[in-house]
Amino acid sequence: MVAPRVTGTTYAPLVKGVTQSYIWLMSFLSSLRPGGRHGLSSRETRDPIGYAIAAVNRLAQSDLIDRVGLRKQTEQAVYSTTRNGFRVATAAGRTYARAGRRTAGERPANAPSRGVFDLTPTEDESMLVDVVQELAAELFRPAAAAADEACAAPAEVLAAAQEVGLPGLGVPESLGGIMEERSAMAGTLVAEALAKGDMGLAVAALSPGAVATALGLWGTDEQQQTYLPAFTGTDVPTAALTIAEPTVLFDPFELSTTALRDGDGFVLDGVKSAVVRGAEAELFVVAAMLDGTPALFLVESGTEGLEVEADPSMGLRAAALSRLHLTGVRVGAEALLGDTDGVAYTECVRLSRLAWCALAVGTGQAVLDYVKDYVNERQAFGEPISHRQSVAFMVADIAIELQAMRLLTWKAASRATRGQDFAREVALARQLCSEKGMRIGLDGVQLLGGHGFVKEHPVERWYRDLRAVGIMEGAVLV
Amino acid sequence: MINLETPKKQAQLIDQAHQLAMNMLRPISRKYDRAEHEYPKELDMLAALIDGVSETGATGGAGAGGVRRDETPDKDPSKVRNGANLASVLSVAEMCWGDTALLLSMPRQGLGNSAIASVANEEQLERYKGTWAAMAITEPGIGSDSANLATTAVKDGDEYVINGEKIYVTSGDRADSVVVWATLDKELGRAAIKSFLVRKNNPGLKVERLEHKLGIRASDTAAITFTDCRVPAEDLLGSPEIDTKSGFAGAMATFDNTRPLVAAMAIGCARASLDLTRDLLEQAGVTIDYDRPAERQVAAAAKFLQLEADWEGAQLLMMQAAWMADNRKPNSLEASMAKAKAGRVGSDVTLSCVQLCGTLGYSEGELLEKWARDSKILDIFEGTQQIQQLIVARRILGLTSSELK
Ligand SMILES: Cc1cc2nc3c(=O)[nH]c(=O)nc-3n(C[C@H](O)[C@H](O)[C@H](O)COP(=O)(O)OP(=O)(O)OC[C@H]3O[C@@H](n4cnc5c(N)ncnc54)[C@H](O)[C@@H]3O)c2cc1C
Ligand SMILES: Cc1cc2nc3c(=O)[nH]c(=O)nc-3n(C[C@H](O)[C@H](O)[C@H](O)COP(=O)(O)OP(=O)(O)OC[C@H]3O[C@@H](n4cnc5c(N)ncnc54)[C@H](O)[C@@H]3O)c2cc1C
Repeated sequence: MVAPRVTGTTYAPLVKGVTQSYIWLMSFLSSLRPGGRHGLSSRETRDPIGYAIAAVNRLAQSDLIDRVGLRKQTEQAVYSTTRNGFRVATAAGRTYARAGRRTAGERPANAPSRGVFDLTPTEDESMLVDVVQELAAELFRPAAAAADEACAAPAEVLAAAQEVGLPGLGVPESLGGIMEERSAMAGTLVAEALAKGDMGLAVAALSPGAVATALGLWGTDEQQQTYLPAFTGTDVPTAALTIAEPTVLFDPFELSTTALRDGDGFVLDGVKSAVVRGAEAELFVVAAMLDGTPALFLVESGTEGLEVEADPSMGLRAAALSRLHLTGVRVGAEALLGDTDGVAYTECVRLSRLAWCALAVGTGQAVLDYVKDYVNERQAFGEPISHRQSVAFMVADIAIELQAMRLLTWKAASRATRGQDFAREVALARQLCSEKGMRIGLDGVQLLGGHGFVKEHPVERWYRDLRAVGIMEGAVLV
Repeated sequence: MINLETPKKQAQLIDQAHQLAMNMLRPISRKYDRAEHEYPKELDMLAALIDGVSETGATGGAGAGGVRRDETPDKDPSKVRNGANLASVLSVAEMCWGDTALLLSMPRQGLGNSAIASVANEEQLERYKGTWAAMAITEPGIGSDSANLATTAVKDGDEYVINGEKIYVTSGDRADSVVVWATLDKELGRAAIKSFLVRKNNPGLKVERLEHKLGIRASDTAAITFTDCRVPAEDLLGSPEIDTKSGFAGAMATFDNTRPLVAAMAIGCARASLDLTRDLLEQAGVTIDYDRPAERQVAAAAKFLQLEADWEGAQLLMMQAAWMADNRKPNSLEASMAKAKAGRVGSDVTLSCVQLCGTLGYSEGELLEKWARDSKILDIFEGTQQIQQLIVARRILGLTSSELK
């Protein structure tokens, strides 16, 4: 804060000086007004002593920066995923060879229904889960703490996820993917298994697959031919499905981001949040209102008018969350992904919520497995704390609610896989997974006492990650 | 292949149960809530109807008699089965959607019948066919701690002599027999506890009184004394040996079968509240939107979503426990999980629905207040909430009952 000097000639009327210092004072004071900054509600008021303290605090801060010679550095807009506020252009775009026609693309078939209540995954699903579980335990979990700290997923974790074919999981076999049928159930089991390793890394690893799955479900022949080969190949593009926006009471069906028709293309304006690995992303799917109905648009990085801003958040830090600013971004008619009547979009919102439910179940399982051993080993008052009902019942409730979360999620996923309506089921799964998931995160920390509060144990990270489930829209998809 | 829908082959059975519940139980639901201790004579015809349907096998073995585990090996063990256990919980839930107390009063479907189905030998099964058996474990001095019961059975020739006092015996007045838990030797602890089938006309058995209750008032709850009550030795259920290693397990096995059924009662009762409340809310202009975030809907809709989600979780846990039994997987952990969740959800749902409906819900003009009274017992009998939590916690943490008391 540099105070503007009051200028004026010596002969200037006194009143002018007074007015100017008054104006200066007011603007200085208004810069100190609580409204919305520093976590203060706009209803807070400062009394004179409060203003004085705030002013002193301001000066103290700038003084400090000057004294240690940091000012230069702070003014440098170096993009870093660990701090918010810096904006840079998106990654250089890659060139996709346009191919195919603008007719409906390939669609994965619905799974058949046997009409038998059954909780056993298919053989294919089990094999897949085995592989992914190992990946989660051997690679994700050990890398999680450092990735959380760095706000970035290590390259070898992402490479391993790519190697087991995660990006192609939702892509039909005929388009080079690995599934013969709708993959919502398989995707759910995979997301659950990965999140048991680490939710943030799981989100980072699943993000490209979300875009590929969207292309598989709603893409035109042209969109599929143009983009999908890259996702099923060896050099998978970083990609992000963006629905959320940084507003209170966000509703994915009333977006602030708009798409206006322009010739036979569109112009996009708005800000998206919870964009996974935004600075590296080479392809975005952006949700925007078109003629009053939400729709999805494919936007390649490097397009003019795109800027990405790091937006480190409470948790999911390994996913390098960012905001994507769209200012007059022009895309062609071929950018529209899916229909304009909101059907594809609604399904997208539901499938994304389903993926978040699966992540909550996986992380919830991680909490249960961890606290179970801890409370049996930790001694207090002469015996393991697990011998106390208030501890043991908390563990029992985690187990009970977790299994309920899992069954609801599986029910919604299996309906989606069979092509049945799953609006109700996914809504109930999301409700339970966000509420009870958060509770599990909370109790996980509580059960470790002070040791749960420090980063020596992973429960504090799971607490932060599980908070995400109820608010996230987009980013992942099954 | 994962699928959590109601099995196709049981859809018809559940439809039938729903029609029975709607057309036979609902119309007399309030009547017998008011006329506590009066015998719901309408049930005789219903029971005959159910017996008839059972004979044809159309129930898929549903009902209390159906919880017995079929031990004959399957032709194809890899084949996933949807059998009698799943059919039972689903049809019991439907009936309790009609009226929980009346379901509990159903002739020949007592908890004692479940015990017989679970532990009786083939000869006994044949001999007890058609009986209506109540179950008497609880005593004035013990409830949850059933291993500590005080009623004694002393062998005398080829008879046992039973002495003691049992309370809270569901259908204890109306049933024609009672399965009584008694100890052969108090010193030997739980292993010495055996169950006996005692006919109601036994001169040593006396129904002392009927309780006046908060809910399930159509169901009779009796206090019964046994004074030098002599029963033939062949009416001891299961093995007469005192096997200190596994003795109590046999008796407890009944609970693995009955806990999902009590969960089913809570599921059914709570769904009655949810169905009516949703309808009343819609009439008042509140619709539940499954796509909009809950925080963007009116508070009543958001609350309803929370209740429905909890309810659905309980329902699926119940189905899981029954499915495991159908497929001969040990399910005592899952049975307790289901009962714990369904018990607390039953209370939360029915009480919250009264809240959402205000004095309309509180008034006897609707059944919402009744369901909020009926649901409470479901978190108590067949093992309270805390007892289920104990069972789950011990299993998850690998603790014994002396480590986690
Ligand atoms: C940021 C921070 C600052 C702190 N500052 C200080 C400080 O300045 N000075 C200081 O001395 N300490 C301090 N502490 C330590 C703090 O007071 C302890 O962490 C706290 O007392 C809990 O003890 P614990 O962590 O060993 O948990 P434990 O005692 O191991 O408890 C683990 C869990 O078991 C439960 N539990 C334990 N015993 C029973 C029982 N008998 N019945 C039922 N449940 C039980 C607990 O409630 C808890 O949920 C601090 C801790 C933190 C995290
Ligand atoms: C309407 C009705 C019908 C019934 N029908 C039958 C029937 O047909 N046959 C039959 O045998 N019984 C029946 N019962 C009895 C029922 O099963 C018992 O009431 C139940 O098991 C609880 O026992 P209790 O009432 O003695 O409570 P208590 O065991 O005294 O429990 C009191 C409280 O302490 C808690 N508690 C007890 N032990 C522990 C522990 N170790 N850890 C933590 N908390 C604990 C309980 O959860 C409960 O909240 C019926 C009861 C009612 C009200």
